[in-house]
Parts: sequence; C-alpha cells; structure tokens
Amino acid sequence: MLDIAVAYNRFKFLGEEFLTWLWFAIDQDPSILRKADPDLSSLEIGNRIVLEKRHEKAFERMTIKGENAGLEEAMLALQKGALVAELNLVYRSAEHKWQFTLKGESLNLSSMKTPKTAAPESPENMEGVVLEKIFLYDKILQFLEKLYKTFIEYRLSDNWQKRHVGLIKKWSRSCL
Amino acid sequence: MGLLSSSVSITRYQVQGKLEKPILETIAAGLKKKAISDVDDPTVDKAVGWTSFEKPYQPDFDGSSFVYGNYLVFSLRIDRKTVPPKLLQKHVVIESDKRLAESGRPYLSRSEKERIRDQVTDRLYATVPATPNIYDIIWNYEDCILCFFFNLKATNEELETLFLRSFDLTLIRMIPYTAAHYASDLKSTEKDILLELSRTSFAG
Repeated sequence: MLDIAVAYNRFKFLGEEFLTWLWFAIDQDPSILRKADPDLSSLEIGNRIVLEKRHEKAFERMTIKGENAGLEEAMLALQKGALVAELNLVYRSAEHKWQFTLKGESLNLSSMKTPKTAAPESPENMEGVVLEKIFLYDKILQFLEKLYKTFIEYRLSDNWQKRHVGLIKKWSRSCL
Repeated sequence: MGLLSSSVSITRYQVQGKLEKPILETIAAGLKKKAISDVDDPTVDKAVGWTSFEKPYQPDFDGSSFVYGNYLVFSLRIDRKTVPPKLLQKHVVIESDKRLAESGRPYLSRSEKERIRDQVTDRLYATVPATPNIYDIIWNYEDCILCFFFNLKATNEELETLFLRSFDLTLIRMIPYTAAHYASDLKSTEKDILLELSRTSFAG
C-alpha cells in the first residue's frame, strides 16, 4: 500500500479518467448507469465541467459554466489530450433531483443538494430527519461507488486500450 | 459543514481496525476522552475535539445520544483564535510609538520591533475569544465507512489525527487509488496492474 500523499499525486489521473469515462457513458452508454442503480431516471451533466491538460511542465485548465452550456469546446479539449477534472452532475430518480460536483483528483463531492427534507420540528423527530438525509446521501455515494468499481474493472482489463479508449476517441471526434 | 445544510461537501473514508467490545461503550469512551474543551489557556490559539451533533456547544456522549439507527453521528469542532492583521498592525504601531516616545530615540532596532510584535500578538490572543467551527460526521460502523462533511485538506488531517488518537483506528481517505485498492475487491494480480497504470490519452 502506497503512502497516501504519494498515491494522491501519482494516481490523480485515475479519477480524471473516471470522470471522462462517465461523461462518455452519460452520452453514449446510459445502460451502464442503470446497471449501477435501477432507480435512476437520468444522469445529466450539470452547470460546470472543468478539463485539465498536463504535458511535461505545461498545464492548461478550461472551465465551462452555465445551465445548458454547449460542450463543443470541452470536447475539443478532450481531443487535444485534456481529461475531465471536475464534473457537476444532476441525478434524477422518479420526481426527485440531486445535484453535486465530483472532483477527479480526490473523488470529493461538493455543492451537493439533495431533494428537500422536512426541517426538524422538535428533538423527538431529529433522528427521523437525520436518517432521511443519510439515506439521500447514501443513494448517491453508493451509485458512484458502483460506477467507480465498473470503471476500475474496465480500466484494469486488456479491453481498456483495445476497446474503451477507441470508443471514447471515436465519440469525441463524432461530436464535432 | 453540517449534514442538514442545504448544500454539503463530503469526503469519504474507510475505517481500518477493530474496536474492543462492547463497541458503543468503547466509542463513547473515545469521544469523551477527546471531547472539545474551551480554550482557557491564553497562550493556546486552537482547540480540537469531538462534540455532539445536536448540542455542539455542550458536548454530551452519555447513553446512546450519538446513535441514529445504524449510524453514529457526531461532530469535529475546531475552536480557533484569530487576530485580524489590521488590528494587530494598529496595536503594533501604537506600542512602537509609545516606546519611541519613552526612549527619546528616532527609531527602534529590528529585534525591538520583533519583540513588540510578539508581545502585542500574545496580548491580543489572550483577549480574543476562539471562534468555533463544526464539521459533522456520519460513521457506518458495520460497513467501516465514514463520511466527513468537509473537503479542505488541513481540516481532513485534523480529523484523521484525532480519530486515530481517540479510537486507535485508521481513516483511509477514498481518493482514486485507495477507492480502487480497497473498495473494488481487487485480486492481488489486479492490485499489481493498478500500481503500474499510467495516464491514458484520448487525444486523436
């Protein structure tokens, strides 16, 4: 087992590849997403996507913000060798909506908003409110954990280079 | 920072190690041992400890007050004294002018200036109250998973250190490598492949 600080820097690309693959899956292969969570109605790119390109000592960062923003420039950056560093996602299940940002290098979640829950009215109903909120967080955490497991399974197989990388390249070319 | 907030940040951890039985009593003892205490010492600028989720200013870990269904819910509290730089500057200038007037000299030496700054800093820290920051925690003991409702590295490190000291358990942050290594049920050959991975290029 590697030291955590070494592992963080050495493998941050793995989280960025995960987000890049996730963007591809959302656009091209939503059945993988439903396999990870049968309750999923839809998963969409939200209001922010950040791409980063590292080449030797050069570093470029591109941020696209805004509701329904066009992703052509992000796709172009992908074609030029950038990876997705941050992705804002909208998850829907039945009439409920979650929105959050996932960071590639750390897999941290931020700006997470869950469906509204009732405010605790008294100390007696606090436990119920807390458990409901935990259930709502857990739904997303388990979904992401399963997606990451699927990605790692692909990433460690021979098929990653033989099949998946080619499909992602073909997709990025076809979008422009 | 709070799990009931309308917008939250989450860092996920895997908990490694085993606790002595009865588990809830062991955890309560760990929480009590490292519960937050007020910063009474004027020379101390920070206090770090556990506090109750529902009563963050009156920590109480008696009974099962931190148990919510299958989860343990409590908070990390960090009380920190901060002196605004402009306030410090103001008092340093006032004190320097006073010393100059007393000595009758036109300037102060570098060491005198440093001493004045240190004295003023100590005096201000002794009078300023500590500001509390509260970060909630959900610990699923059975699944060895812990969620910390904050993302900043320095605060995460405070949590990891205090957790180890309180329970003798290690928190492993779920970053891309550890999430693959621990959470994906990899065989040893796959763990070796993981170690050798390098960045994929989708350029082309």
